[in-house]
Amino acid sequence: MDMAKTGEFAHLGKSVVIKGELSGSEDLYIDGKVEGTIQLQGNNLTIGPNGHVHADVNAKGLVVQGKLEGNIRASDRVEMQKSAVILGDIVTQRIAIEDGAYFKGKVEIQRESAKPNTAATKPEPQVEARSAAAGGTVVTKQ
Amino acid sequence: MASVTHSFMKLFRGSSTIPGQPARSASTSQRLTRRSSGLGAVSRTMQSEEPICVLDIGSTSATNIRYLTERGHKIYSEDLLEASADPALIMKDEQGQPILDSRRFLADNLVYPAAQFDIVLCWNLADYMHESLVKPVVARLWSTIKPGGMLLAFFHTHEAGPDAPCYRYHIVDNDILEMQHVEARRDLRRGPTGILHTSIEKSFRLQRVFNNRHVENLFRDFGSIKFFLTRDNIREVLVVR
Repeated sequence: MDMAKTGEFAHLGKSVVIKGELSGSEDLYIDGKVEGTIQLQGNNLTIGPNGHVHADVNAKGLVVQGKLEGNIRASDRVEMQKSAVILGDIVTQRIAIEDGAYFKGKVEIQRESAKPNTAATKPEPQVEARSAAAGGTVVTKQ
Repeated sequence: MASVTHSFMKLFRGSSTIPGQPARSASTSQRLTRRSSGLGAVSRTMQSEEPICVLDIGSTSATNIRYLTERGHKIYSEDLLEASADPALIMKDEQGQPILDSRRFLADNLVYPAAQFDIVLCWNLADYMHESLVKPVVARLWSTIKPGGMLLAFFHTHEAGPDAPCYRYHIVDNDILEMQHVEARRDLRRGPTGILHTSIEKSFRLQRVFNNRHVENLFRDFGSIKFFLTRDNIREVLVVR
């Protein structure tokens, strides 16, 4: 997943607490507490290891290292790292789950509709299983 | 002497690690492969072109999620064994013995509309879950399965022994499973402020060994039951609502 370089995304530190609707047009890194909704269509969200998000999320890509309670709609990809705890339903095109991640909810893969004049072959829905013990090596990949 | 041993194995509860037992491999990524006739029977439904709804109540498995979503199905994942380890569920019965609060457990888990699922993957849950939760969970599962829907569960035989390791199951093919030893589990609890706290605890211990009659009684509300005997001290059970 494309990640913005350090300094090119908004950063909420672990002492920050926000209640309400969070929206933006840039990538966002949350390591604090957010309660409400998060709207980042077209941009990526990362929930850091200290992050605790209790919100429905709408983003392009999502990486979870902390805790997320809420439904997720990611137009591109959802990645759950080994420390992730996710409670909620997920609708996305691709999903990657590291060994050790905890997930409770539904997963529904929705393919992006084919765009006209696309030269490359449309990728199949991808789910990756990663072994954290193997240092993050991809065990299976579509 | 053999009968005493047999009875002991049947009635053991939460025994501590046996001295002299070799240490298990610390790797949680090591997987063993086994052929599963029960899974093979369920896979015929999974191969259908019509999208189905599957509930997996084992440990979160990216492999299972991939396997099912690739085929256009919806998968609901809920690690009931881990959820049952919440200390907040502990209460005392009339005799003062610790039990788990099944009402509270079912208020927070397995909350689905009736008759939603075509398949429920129960794996080894009943063997490792606290006794006070097993029957209420099975009753709830019955209500969530569509008429004609299936539930696949695994039960240890007496030969498995009290230290039978708890495995996670990953579907890799129509009738092939990968078993991954659960060395540790995540203890999830919600603090007074509502924040989820996690800690790592020791793995689950085998709580009991069901005999065939116990299994039939457990699933008595289902329409049919089929046993698949295997060579690795596991009975696979397929029930149909």
